[in-house]
Amino acid sequence: MKNDPLLTIKDVDTAFKVDGTYYNAITDVSLDLYPDEILAIVGESGCGKSTLATSVIGLHNPNATKVSGSIVYHQRQKQADGTEKIVDRELVGMSADDMDKLRGNDMGMIFQDPLAALNPLMRVGDQIKENLDFHTNMSDEEKQARVLELLDQVGIPNPPRVARQYPHELSGGMRQRIIIAIAVACKPDLIIADEPTTALDVTIQAQILDLLKDIQKEKHAGVILITHDLGVVAETADRVAVMYAGQIVEVGTALQIFTNPKHPYTRSLLRSMPQADSEDDELYVIEGMVPSLKKMPQKGCRFAPRVPWVDASEHEEDPKMHEVEAGHLVRCTCYQNFEFPDEG
Amino acid sequence: MSEGKDLITIKDLCVHYPIRSGFFNRITDYVYAVDGVNFAIKEGQSYGVIGESGSGKSTIGKTIVGLEKATKGQIIYQGYDVTKKSNRKKHHYNKDVQMIFQDSLSSLNPRKKILDIIAEPIRNFEDLSEEQVKDKVKELLAIVGLEEDAMYKFPHQFSGGQRQRIGVARAVASHPKLIIADEPVSALDLSVQAQVLNYMKKIQKEMGISYMFISHDLGVVYHMCDNLAIMHRGRFVEIGSRDDIYNHPQHIYTKRLLAAIPRVDVTKRAEHTAYRKQVEEEFTENQDKWYQKDGKVYDLRQISETHWVALPDEGGQD
Repeated sequence: MKNDPLLTIKDVDTAFKVDGTYYNAITDVSLDLYPDEILAIVGESGCGKSTLATSVIGLHNPNATKVSGSIVYHQRQKQADGTEKIVDRELVGMSADDMDKLRGNDMGMIFQDPLAALNPLMRVGDQIKENLDFHTNMSDEEKQARVLELLDQVGIPNPPRVARQYPHELSGGMRQRIIIAIAVACKPDLIIADEPTTALDVTIQAQILDLLKDIQKEKHAGVILITHDLGVVAETADRVAVMYAGQIVEVGTALQIFTNPKHPYTRSLLRSMPQADSEDDELYVIEGMVPSLKKMPQKGCRFAPRVPWVDASEHEEDPKMHEVEAGHLVRCTCYQNFEFPDEG
Repeated sequence: MSEGKDLITIKDLCVHYPIRSGFFNRITDYVYAVDGVNFAIKEGQSYGVIGESGSGKSTIGKTIVGLEKATKGQIIYQGYDVTKKSNRKKHHYNKDVQMIFQDSLSSLNPRKKILDIIAEPIRNFEDLSEEQVKDKVKELLAIVGLEEDAMYKFPHQFSGGQRQRIGVARAVASHPKLIIADEPVSALDLSVQAQVLNYMKKIQKEMGISYMFISHDLGVVYHMCDNLAIMHRGRFVEIGSRDDIYNHPQHIYTKRLLAAIPRVDVTKRAEHTAYRKQVEEEFTENQDKWYQKDGKVYDLRQISETHWVALPDEGGQD
């Protein structure tokens, strides 16, 4: 079971229309997500990590976005005789109706800003029930019971009272718990969490991440965790994909990425982090800036301008992913002899 | 640096906001945003205030620069009481104390060019010709690593990190002695954050500025500050040197906060999670031991030369 992926993303390019021209926000992304794992996607703002998520779940504006490549969701369907059959569903180009049936039922999404994601005019219990209304044919009593069960599961004290409250009456951490309850209401086996804790305090963040891990374990779900916080990744993820300028530059297990980072970008990021146990007076700064959507380099190693001391011959002309150890892939060849200037 | 003189001393600062309700809109209760806070910032030193949202840390910063009025207490600047607005001008307080805001976009006027934004404090406090002002702005832009022609652009033409550096340039324009930095890097990406922090440190060394660094990010505060205070429910629960707080935390709230920071060390993930859960449990179970009956934080008690902890009267823990 472990070796059958839940989601296969292959050669995906997503382009946005800006002033009449399409620009690639993500290029050549290939990734597998397995059941029972948390895959973290890390990168700085503008690197395309959220675009990847919206491409999977189909939340982009269809009139201004072009997704190419293939995203296959391996849906586990229960047969009449009780056995499970795996049906491959292609998500790229899927009709809106079919997508609606998958979204919320097989795939759940957790958003960054819970206040913006919740309807301010609806009681939170009803918002959870909405999902059940759409995807199940439970009776009203069953739905009500399920809502209370979900609220209890996400650690909300006194579920019957909270179910009747409105979002503005709840704290940030509580609201994020409601969002999680909505996302998992129909027991999805794929959960996408887009910066689920960025708006929260560290102590609440720890609670929410614990909750996410518990729910993931219990349901053996596959979770895509999108974040810019390397600490969060190190604490929660099983596998990590690092993105830079719309491409995945390094994939591996959390242990591989943090103890043996290879790509210059991953190494630079880890180095520029202020840490509570280092005495370095000056933080490492990556030269230059992240290229904007319109100015994205289309040829060669995209990280090359930020490590100008690396000789051009070190980079590949058309950077590919190279396997450095089992399950650990790095883009471009520039990692091989890479050194920081002060290490020389 | 620790033997430097006290630049600013905050004595028993309280900021209470009235809650009005009922038919006559009478004051029925107060929000105790800041409730009796004492600390001092020395010359050339960085002082960190850490707390969760709603703990009152920003309110202290705003009260010091005068964006908020103190209900009670005193602000003593270089020996003069500047709690009252009328006293501030006389002691050059408004020139000497500047602020860097969290959101660089909303704190820069979108209709002004960078030249005018950075020159505003210079024009306010110094009597210079327009040419001299321009030279000075050029100098300041060079310090924070921006090109000269940046001064003819508008804020929206810059990236978040560049805007934050413009905010830093504006704050240092009047040669202040103290800068209140309220979450200056929390909206920035890691690599940009490193840039801004490096510039802030560089400026501190060159100009001998003191910082009051308000943040919820313990890694950043550890990197920047020599002394720090942990704030909870409008009061300080622990004050100490960097080493005191990070390596010998005493108050359960400090321990809880420190345990909640995600660690980058993947190999010790399980141990760290177990420790965090244990501290969390202790925190929920022993609330009444660490806090007064009404949930208020105890008064601070000195436990070493630099280290103060909010403990109940009848003697210390462990």
